[in-house]
Amino acid sequence: MMFDPGSSVRVKDDWPETRGPVHIRTPHYVRGMQGTVVRRLGAFHNPEDLAFARPAALRTLYHVRFAQPSIWQEGRAGDEVQVEIFEHWLEPA
Amino acid sequence: MTILETDSEKLLAALRNVLAAKGIASPAEIAERIAITDSASPGQGARMVAKAWTDPAYRARMLEDGAKAAEELGIPMRGMPPLGVLEDTAEQHHLVVCTLCSCYPRAVLGYPPFWYKSAGYRARAVRDPRGLLAEAWGTVLPDGVRLRVVDSTADYRWMVLPLRPAGTEGWDEARLASIVREGDMIGVTIPRV
Repeated sequence: MMFDPGSSVRVKDDWPETRGPVHIRTPHYVRGMQGTVVRRLGAFHNPEDLAFARPAALRTLYHVRFAQPSIWQEGRAGDEVQVEIFEHWLEPA
Repeated sequence: MTILETDSEKLLAALRNVLAAKGIASPAEIAERIAITDSASPGQGARMVAKAWTDPAYRARMLEDGAKAAEELGIPMRGMPPLGVLEDTAEQHHLVVCTLCSCYPRAVLGYPPFWYKSAGYRARAVRDPRGLLAEAWGTVLPDGVRLRVVDSTADYRWMVLPLRPAGTEGWDEARLASIVREGDMIGVTIPRV
């Protein structure tokens, strides 16, 4: 699924760490959080496979912006956190 | 004897020999890479910032593609991750962190400072960035300036293009570059005269 800039997305509330050895580039603090796609950064080999020397398909990497207070329930309105997130971690919101 | 107990010089020599024998990396290529790594320093990023401050066309190219803009100034980018440039404005400040590890734009800033890799910086930069900047660096963003923390989590590396400080009118690129510090391009400090 492709997302255009400005699309509202939610990061999957998934915790593969609980199921076995993994290498995940999606920080814990944005799991389950809603954000906005800023732009597509390009396509890169999936680090979750690359880290284990498995064949790693190209996956679209997005820059996604989150309101800082909505993540932490503190902080200043208008402040933001921007994170690189792979397509398979995003769903429409 | 395990690999951990092996003499490190012997181990390195063996690795170099294997890399050469398998045609993966020649001694000359390894020497070139070491020279590139050693030459990378915040001075490289500072040259880019100074040029962007004086040349609007370069600024536009730098914001579009940081790696290409670096290469334009002779900074070696081959084999390096893509470089994104975050433009500070009078209303928007940027701060770079890597909460997962220590991703850092080494090609243009050199080795990361020790605190950049600390658990304290990585945790607090995303949760309480204004408190962190004020306490650790004395950087207090004026009211009306929004803060965007960019967490370097995957394949890009990020540097900040800070605001040119007042009092530098008429300065040439070399003089401008001399005031740009590593922290200014991470976003923990703001360039000042």
